Amino acid sequence: MQLTLLNLSWEQRRKLTGLLFVMPTVAFVTVFFIIPLLMTIFMSFHDWPLFGERAYTGLENYQDLSKDRQYLKSLDFTFRYTALVTPPIFILGFILASLVRHNIRYIGIFRTIFFLPVVIGLGVSSLLWTWMLDDRIGVFNKILLDLNLVPKAQLFLGRPSTAMNVIILSVVWKTVGFTMILLLAGLQAIPDELYESAEVDGAGYFRKLIYITLPLMRRFIALALILSVIGSVLSFDQFYIMTRGGPRNSTISIVFWIFNNSFTYFKMGYGAAMSIVLLGILVALTGLQLYVLREKE
Amino acid sequence: MTAPVKLAQAERSQQEIRLLRRRALLALRYVILIILALLFLFPIAWSFINSIKLPSEALAVPPTYLPKEISLQNYEELTTYGKIGIAQHVYNSTIVALITVVGSIALSTLGGYGFARFSFPGKNVLFIMVLSTLMIPFQSILIPLFVMIVQVDLHDTLFGLALVYITFQLPFGIFLMRNSFLAVPHEIEESALLDGCSSLSILYRLMLRLVLPGIVTVAIYAFINSWNEFLAALIFMSDQDKFTLPVFLTTIRYGIWGDVNWGALQAGVIVSIIPSLAIFLALQRYYMDGLMGGAVKN
Repeated sequence: MQLTLLNLSWEQRRKLTGLLFVMPTVAFVTVFFIIPLLMTIFMSFHDWPLFGERAYTGLENYQDLSKDRQYLKSLDFTFRYTALVTPPIFILGFILASLVRHNIRYIGIFRTIFFLPVVIGLGVSSLLWTWMLDDRIGVFNKILLDLNLVPKAQLFLGRPSTAMNVIILSVVWKTVGFTMILLLAGLQAIPDELYESAEVDGAGYFRKLIYITLPLMRRFIALALILSVIGSVLSFDQFYIMTRGGPRNSTISIVFWIFNNSFTYFKMGYGAAMSIVLLGILVALTGLQLYVLREKE
Repeated sequence: MTAPVKLAQAERSQQEIRLLRRRALLALRYVILIILALLFLFPIAWSFINSIKLPSEALAVPPTYLPKEISLQNYEELTTYGKIGIAQHVYNSTIVALITVVGSIALSTLGGYGFARFSFPGKNVLFIMVLSTLMIPFQSILIPLFVMIVQVDLHDTLFGLALVYITFQLPFGIFLMRNSFLAVPHEIEESALLDGCSSLSILYRLMLRLVLPGIVTVAIYAFINSWNEFLAALIFMSDQDKFTLPVFLTTIRYGIWGDVNWGALQAGVIVSIIPSLAIFLALQRYYMDGLMGGAVKN
């Protein structure tokens, strides 16, 4: 009897200890995550300036969204940007992964070089590219002029059509290494014997790609695509730094428009309502991710 | 010549052709790899080359390819740039990164140990709660975070920014550290437990060494992510003295301190790239472990 009581109290002490170990994390997540999340919902039903009276406005913020032309333009721009930036990242990532797949000599150096831009901040890389793309002192114009490929210096970031393209170029440089590593892991998980037996059957490169590589890498491909899509939907730094949203407000992403409303005009309730919409989009994307990546029995 | 000899010869030459073809393909692969590597390195190299030009040459229109004269003057100019010079901003970024690293390690280690080795009521719910934060990007809760930080007077403080960064390192850190602790065999702690050691001293004396690779990984990510982060740093700091490095560099680009000084900006880009690159190159294995553990397996 005495013994079981002692045992019990030891058990309970273990339980309490475990709870104490996770308490700091739970406290952080509650204060800096759960509460802000609930507050975002709460704020979205209010007129909420930084200073001064805030007032309950019901669904007004959400109704205003449908009338906000820049908001609709930003949504459209963000999706267009995502649709345009994802294929080059994925295709180049796949080519790079295929090139560095086998452990030939010095291959580690190449893997490292292709991955290097990933550890540079997007803000700093955007500054670097803004300068390289400048019409007067930029190196791209210098090279193009020296090779006689353009008649005069181009304002790459000053025209909506070229601005999108050069921003995509800079983002591909910055992020493709990440996709490469994910796809490399997928490629290396495919047993060599499969390719060997396919070769015996006379399968060429494209048949092997379609019947072996792509199906067996399904989960890695899905993961790479979805992470890249989520990153693009949330993009801000490159537009804030490289074009400041211009020319003619044509490169204002959704996070950028939330930022402007909340921290420039201090319409925080309105910004919160937009954040809720953004949140919905992202939860849907993550749900899709979990669905595609689910373990098949 | 007899038929079998001819056949053997034909076979040999065919083998030779196959070998040659394979070698040519390998050579081609290296040529493509080298060209691509040069293209990938070009922006960083170009930034570095320009940072060591004389300031006047760095501003030349059109730009020169190679510096006529090597000079560290751009870096010198940075030390007095803006209101307070770059040293203060390097200091700001370093302090924020250090608090984030220490906080992330402490919380992830304690939490990871708790989730891996103890059972208590509500454990699964709490674990899922921590991990579910991965689904929701911080960009969508920045507004209330800002309101809260202002309310408790932590805006314009490095500590306040670091608190936010720690929170966003936690799901990854907890997930990784829990797996690290799960990989340690139970027997190791059992004898110590029977000897009556407290859980905290077991963690400190026994387990820390065994999960060190995990801790290094958490530290690298905490450092690189907080060092590079731009949006939250832009929002939470309005006092120019408190700007982190990326935000400060953006103010140079927008000519807040007068004409845009491109040479100084490139020197600043190099200063801000070096720590992340150095840490990544030195501890690449741990970084990749984290990428695989964090991204692929969850």
